[in-house]
Parts: sequence; C-alpha cells; structure tokens
Amino acid sequence: MNSSLLSLAIWVPIIGAIPVLAFGSERRELVRWLALAVAIAGFVVTLPLYVGFDREFVGMQFVEMAPWIPRFNVQYFLGVDGISVLFILLNAFVTILVVLAGWEVIEEKVAQYMAAFLVMSGLMNGIFASLDVVLFYVFFEASLIPMYIIIGVWGGPNRVYAAFKFFLYTLLGSLLMLVALFYLFLEAGGSFNLLEWHQLRLGLTPQILVFIAFLVAFAVKVPMWPVHTWLPDAHVEAPTGGSVVLAAIMLKLGAYGFIRFSLPILPDASHALAPMMIALSLIAVVYIGFVALVQADMKKLIAYSSISHMGFVTLGFFIFNQIGIEGALVQMISHGFISAAMFLCVGVMYDRMHSRQIADYGGVVNTMPKFAAFFMLFAMANSGLPATSGFVGEFMVILGAIKHNFWVGFAAATTLILGAAYTLWMYKRVVFGAVANDHVAKLTDIGRREFLVLALLAAAVLAMGIYPYPFTDIMHASVDNLLKHVAVSKL
Amino acid sequence: MLNNFVMPDLYPAAPELFLATMACVILLVDLFAGSRRRWLAGTLTQLALIGCAAITFLNYGEAASLTFSNMFIDDPVSDLLKLLVYVSVFGVLIYGRDYLAERDLDKGEYYLLVLFATLGMMVMISAYNLLTLYLGLEMLSLSLYALVAIDRDSPRATEAAMKYFVLGALASGLLLYGMSMIYGATGTLEVGLIAQALQDGIANRTILVFGLVFLVAGIAFKLGVVPFHMWIPDVYHGAPTAVTLFIATAPKLAAFAMALRLLVSGLFALADEWQTMLMLMAVLSIGVGNLAAIAQTNIKRMLAYSGISHMGFMLLALMSGVAGRDVDPMALVNAYSSAMYYSIAYVLMSLGAFGVVLLLSRAGYEAENLEDFKGLNKRSPWFAAMMMITMLSMAGIPFFVGFFAKFSVLLAAVAAEHLTVVVIAVIFSLIGAYYYLRVVKLMYFDPPADSAPIRASMDMRVLLSANGLAIALLGLFPNALMMLCTVAVLRSL
Repeated sequence: MNSSLLSLAIWVPIIGAIPVLAFGSERRELVRWLALAVAIAGFVVTLPLYVGFDREFVGMQFVEMAPWIPRFNVQYFLGVDGISVLFILLNAFVTILVVLAGWEVIEEKVAQYMAAFLVMSGLMNGIFASLDVVLFYVFFEASLIPMYIIIGVWGGPNRVYAAFKFFLYTLLGSLLMLVALFYLFLEAGGSFNLLEWHQLRLGLTPQILVFIAFLVAFAVKVPMWPVHTWLPDAHVEAPTGGSVVLAAIMLKLGAYGFIRFSLPILPDASHALAPMMIALSLIAVVYIGFVALVQADMKKLIAYSSISHMGFVTLGFFIFNQIGIEGALVQMISHGFISAAMFLCVGVMYDRMHSRQIADYGGVVNTMPKFAAFFMLFAMANSGLPATSGFVGEFMVILGAIKHNFWVGFAAATTLILGAAYTLWMYKRVVFGAVANDHVAKLTDIGRREFLVLALLAAAVLAMGIYPYPFTDIMHASVDNLLKHVAVSKL
Repeated sequence: MLNNFVMPDLYPAAPELFLATMACVILLVDLFAGSRRRWLAGTLTQLALIGCAAITFLNYGEAASLTFSNMFIDDPVSDLLKLLVYVSVFGVLIYGRDYLAERDLDKGEYYLLVLFATLGMMVMISAYNLLTLYLGLEMLSLSLYALVAIDRDSPRATEAAMKYFVLGALASGLLLYGMSMIYGATGTLEVGLIAQALQDGIANRTILVFGLVFLVAGIAFKLGVVPFHMWIPDVYHGAPTAVTLFIATAPKLAAFAMALRLLVSGLFALADEWQTMLMLMAVLSIGVGNLAAIAQTNIKRMLAYSGISHMGFMLLALMSGVAGRDVDPMALVNAYSSAMYYSIAYVLMSLGAFGVVLLLSRAGYEAENLEDFKGLNKRSPWFAAMMMITMLSMAGIPFFVGFFAKFSVLLAAVAAEHLTVVVIAVIFSLIGAYYYLRVVKLMYFDPPADSAPIRASMDMRVLLSANGLAIALLGLFPNALMMLCTVAVLRSL
C-alpha cells in the first residue's frame, strides 16, 4: 500500500509557507488569507488519513518508503498507526485555529509569524509520521527552530530568556537521545528502521541506560517533574498562538516518544523503571497541582495545569494496561483541545486588557457574557467534568491505575479535586463578582472570528466527552498490539 | 649524466602547473595594467581558478597516480579537496572584493598572494613526500602572513601578522624537527616508504613516537586546535575581514589533507599513539572553543573560537579509525570520510558566516561586533535568514549540513567506542548552541541599531544566497556529498 498522504500532510504546510513569506509583511490581509488557505489545505489532506484508516489492521498504514541517505541506511520512511494518526489530525486542526487566533492580534511581521506556524505544523506532522529514527530525530529537533523564533520575536517582555531556556533545555535532552540512537543503530547492525528496532534484543543494563537517555529527552518535552521549569516561562512569554501549539502539540511529542520508542524498544527497562516513572508522574499530578493553585498569572496557572495533566499521560503509559494506555492517549488528545482553548481564552482577555494577572480582572461576565460561557465550558473540561473530553481520559487512567494499585489510583484521583480547585477558583475570580475596575467595564465581547475559534473547540471538547468511541476505536488495535509487544521480554 | 634524467609525468600536476603559470602571468599583467585597470588582476585570478577547476574536474575520480619521483600524488581525495579549495577561494575573492576596494587594498599583490597561497594548499594536498608537504605548507603560510599584514597602516593587523608569523615559524620548526626524526628512524621522506618501514618494524619506535609528537604539534597548529590555538582569535580579529575569511576556510581543507597524509597514509602503524593525542586535543578544543566563544563580543573572535571547536569535532572522527586490536577497513573509511565531510561542511559554513560579516561592513565601518547584527531581520530579511541558516547549521541543528556533519562524526566515534568523549562533545555542543542562538536572537529579536541600507554587488548577493541555500540543501539531501567523500576516501586509502 503506497500513498503520498503523509508526505502531503508534512510538506503542504511547509511548502505553503514559502509564498506566505514571499508576499512579505506589507500585504497583511493577503498574507493572512493565504496562510489560512494553506492551513485549511493542510487539514484537508489529513482527512483521508482518518477516513481511509483500516481499524482492524495492526501495524503501519499509509506507508511510504524511499532511500534518503543510503550512506547511513537512512530512509524516508513514513507510516502511521492508530496512535499517531490522531495527532496528525489534531495538529492540522490546531494550525487552523492558530492562524485564526493570530488574525488581528499580530500586527508586526505577519508573514513571518504565519510562516513559522505553518512550517512548525509540517515539522510536527513529520515527527508523528516518521518511522525512520533519523528522520524522526531531524524533525524532532528542527521543530525547535520555529518555536524559538515565535517566542523570541512575538513574545512578552521576558521573551529572550524564555526562548533560550526553551531551546537549550530541549536540545540537551535530544542530544543525549542522539547518542543512544547511535548505540542502537550499531546494535541493530546498521539500521535506523524503527520497526526493526522494536524487535531488537537487548540486555537489561543497556536497556536501562538507553531508557535513561530517552527519558531525559522525552521527560523534558512532556515535561515531567523535575525538568518542567522551562514550560511556565515559555508559556507566559509566548504569544497566544505559540502557547496553543506548545500545549496542544509540542508537549505530546515527549509522551509520543515514550510510546513509540521507550516502551516497545525497551520493554524490560520500562517494567523495571515503572515505579520511578509512576512516582514522577504522581508528583507531577499532585505537587504541580498544588503549585497551580497559588499562581497569580493565568497563563502560568494553565501551564502548571498542563504539566499536571501530562502527569496523567505518563502515569497511564507505565501502568501497562489497556485502559490506562488508551486513557492516556485520550487524555493527550483531549488536553490538546482543552489547553488550546484555555490559552485562547486567556489570549482573548489579554488582547483587550494586556494583562494576565488574575488580580486585574473580576466580573468579566458582566461585559463579556458570550465569552464567559465558553470559558466556563473549558474551565469545566479542564477540571474533568463528565460529558467533557477532560473527564474521559482522566477517568480511564484512574480506572487503570486502581487496577494496577489502589493507592496509585487514589493519589491520581486527587487531581479531580485539585484540578477543579485551581481552575474554578481562577474562573471565579476572573469572571464572577462585580466589575472590578474601569478596564473590565470597557471590555467588548468576542467578535465573530473569536467566536468561531472557540466554538470549534467547544464542539470538539463536547463531542469527545459525550461520544469518545470514534477516538478510542481507531487506536484500539494499535494499543492492543503495543501491550502484547511490551509484555514480551527481550532479554 | 643527462641520460639518467627521466622527464616526470606532468599530467597529475597539471592544475598546479597551470596555476603557477597563471600567477606569473597575472604578476606581469598587473605590473603593466596600472591602477586604473585593477579589475584585470581580479578577473584573471577568477579565471585561473575556473581553469584549475576544469582541469581537476576532467581527471576527477581517476585512480591515484604518483609523479616527480613519488613526491607528488594525485588521488581522488586530493581532487575533491582541491575542487573545494577552488570553490572556497572563488567565494573569498567575490565576498572580499568590495570590502577591499573600499579600503584600497585590492591591489595586485592581494590577488597574487591569494593565488600563491592556493598553490601552496594544492601542493600540500597532493604532497606524498615530507619535503613536498613542507614546501606547500610554507608557500601557504608565508602568503598568509603577508596577507594578514596587507593593510599595512593598521597597527592591529600588523600585530596580528607578527604574532602569526612568530608562532607559525615556531610551528614550522616543530614540524620540520618531527620530520627529521621520522627521517632518522626510517631513512626515507616518502610517505609510502615510511608506512612500509613502519610495517616492517625496522624503525626505532622511540624515535618515531618522538618525531610523531612534533608532527602532531605542527598539524595541530595549522588546524588551530587546543593547545596550539592561541594565534587563531588574534589573527582572525586583527586581519582585514576579507583575509580572515580566507584563513578561516580553504587552509582548513589543506590542513586536513596534511593530517590525513601524514598520520593515516604515513604513520598508520602508530595509530594508537596519535589517536590518543588527537583525542586529548579534540576534547580540549571542543571544550575551550565553545566556552571561550560565549564570552566574545566580537563576531570575528567568536567565529574564531567556534572554528577551534569545529576542528576539534573533525579530530573526533580522525581519531576513530582504529578501535581495539584489529583494523576494520569499513571503520577506517567511515571515520576518515566523516572527518573530510566535516571539514568541507565547516568550510562552507565559515564562508557563509564571514560572508555576511563582510556584507554588513561598509567603507570606513567594520561590522565586527555582535551588536552590528541587531535587527538584521528588519534591514534585510533574506540575508538574516541566510545568517540564521549558517548559525543553526554551525550549532548542529537539522535540517542543515552542520547537523549531518556532526551526525557522521559522532556516529564514527560511537562506533569506535569513544562513548565518554562523545557525551562530552555533545554537552559542549549544547553549550555552543547558546552563542549561535545569540546571533539569531540579535538578528530577529532585537530592533536594529543601524538603519543604513545593505549595499552589495549582484554577484555577492547571488553567491551568498547560493552559499546559504547550499547549507540548507546539503542538509535536506546530505547523501551526495557524503558519498563523494566516502568514495574518495575509499579509493585513496
């Protein structure tokens, strides 16, 4: 089965960025529409991936293979399974939202802004679609460049610090991973084929060492406690679109790395180090949840809430049961929608008030009722209210965790309280109450563009919360296969 | 007596002979052309390079042939390196032309010195005898000393030239001393016979190793690796930027050829010894180069230290040929072709980086501080993008050629089980990423401090764009250049 759908998903946005750049920032209107057209085209080419996906088939679909660097036996090898296909769709969808969200807000260097997001979208599709390790790595690292530029050029006052921290932190992880990749390449007898690596036999000690190298790379990306400190900085300084992509897609790269690399290549090390991973995940869930509670800056609060939610994802992976892993994957997708929505909501307010401090707000509902309704929905979803997507993933992971060990499940379940506490308390202080000051009194409700963006996300959050079957169905066979694979020792 | 004279086969040395002839022609032409027809020397120099390239290209890929009583070799590695030397010298001439003209330095001497330096490099690349090697090296070095001082009214340039000369002469002395030791131990100056003598085990090992130390010191000086790097920052900083560009590019290829010829072709039996020395120098260079570059405010000095670390990376591959007892021919090819690939990639990036520095310099104004790059994205988005590509490539970020250069070098080193060294190198290259990113930051995140429009001649614009795009394209499709290096090394070893 050969198709070029995945190549299209990767290269349509990247090639599309060239005319966007070429028109320059002088013709803003034209550039915006063009960027939107490219983003929509990028989304449309991914739709056949979902429609044409064979749900019964275990293994990679839409496979493309061509020699890329025969010198080192590196191939242009693409393919998706039920796990990765969803992220490509999510990524293409979020790109449209990001283009819309930056519509009137970005006044300076519009063309470069739009192009950076389009390029990044293509690169991230490449990460999810790569089945050759070098190809994966190259996309993985290259995606840092546009994000660095986005934070640094259109970010807040402390943007330079945040951009450097973001870049260097993630680079540290990926460089150590590179060394591990070389080791595996030599062990595999000169192959960078990820699927062959899945069958590679390795002793426990090398497995653990490689696991640690991967852990550094992926833990920084997730981010897991204690290497999470770059994320609040990056989120606070990034422009709204940057925060959305960062939270919705980039954080998923680390978790995706675990499920694509660590678990199948190193099953014994994964089992051996699972207690550590579970402990780190629980610390993220509980401790970071408390940290989120005391934040005065809305974006920081959501950033910490993201770390806490991603703790759920890593927890789900390392309890090794079907419902746990599927729950973690659902949580990843759902968090993609919810965190994007939360950052967009903060962005809506920031565009009007130029403040992210909770203390500067109060009584927003009086002046922005439509916005308050949307914000309410997303806040509820963020705290895991049933019938929203936030509930499904968390519930499944908690179920899986209780199956694994009651106390692990118990600790994880505290997030339902903590999450509700920090999100709803923030919501209450910002939205309810009397109008706090003149600035709030002068606020105007959301326009049509903002309404469209938030409505799209609201529909996604509700659909996934009420009827998650389309999402779980597609991943079922792949997760089943993964679990069977991980259960077999490679020693 | 005349009967004993055999006319040597001149064909393998055709490019050198052509260039030497052209240099003499240009010398005469420039003498009679007068100051109003100065362009003549420059144009003829470029034509000479194109001619050389054509000659080398025509017999590219032919098997190794020796001539001049085995003093001179023409093999695939030397052909490839020479072609790249022509390309980079050609680039140097175009990038530097306006800069030199604005400072009234574009005299005939400049072109002649560049030509003789190029000839020196070609001789070095093709040397198969220690004397030929030394001859080439001195021809290159003496031309470079003079080039650094070409702006004779500048005290800084004169100081740099003095430093360069004194240290360079010392390094030449060390090299010569080492060569004499090798000669004493083996009784020959010919690279192939030295290897033979070592293999037969007739040479005194103590004397050999003693000589080796001096040879390695001489090579290290030319490459500019720690602890023989002291001259690099001062000379790069002091020399006119157009000359810095020259020193920072093509001679690295010649020095690489010298290392390959001496250490691999000649003293391969001593690989255990020199690999250890190279390892030490590699680690130190990567460390010192990257750390010191962070502290620089002058871009020429920053690039100088960055060059030191890059040469350290190159050594990383050069020291990875032999691992353990047995010699694996595939491992040899991997290691030496990676080193070659890295040198080529570095020359390409260095050319681009200094090219942008030259682009920003105007009459009476040297753009040499990092601050001068502020807001370049506002002034010229295109060239800011070119500089960004170059910087990210130097930092080793994909999809640029620098990443694949690091990739192949580190892979070779991991294959040779130098895991600790690789981890150290990787951590320092993370530290190094900081100062490359700082340049990107200055160009993109900061507002411009200088709003003067960027003026440059058409050919410079085209070439600089081609340079930047080549860095990107060689990163998207890295196989071709990798294969060129691999095949060349495979056929020359």
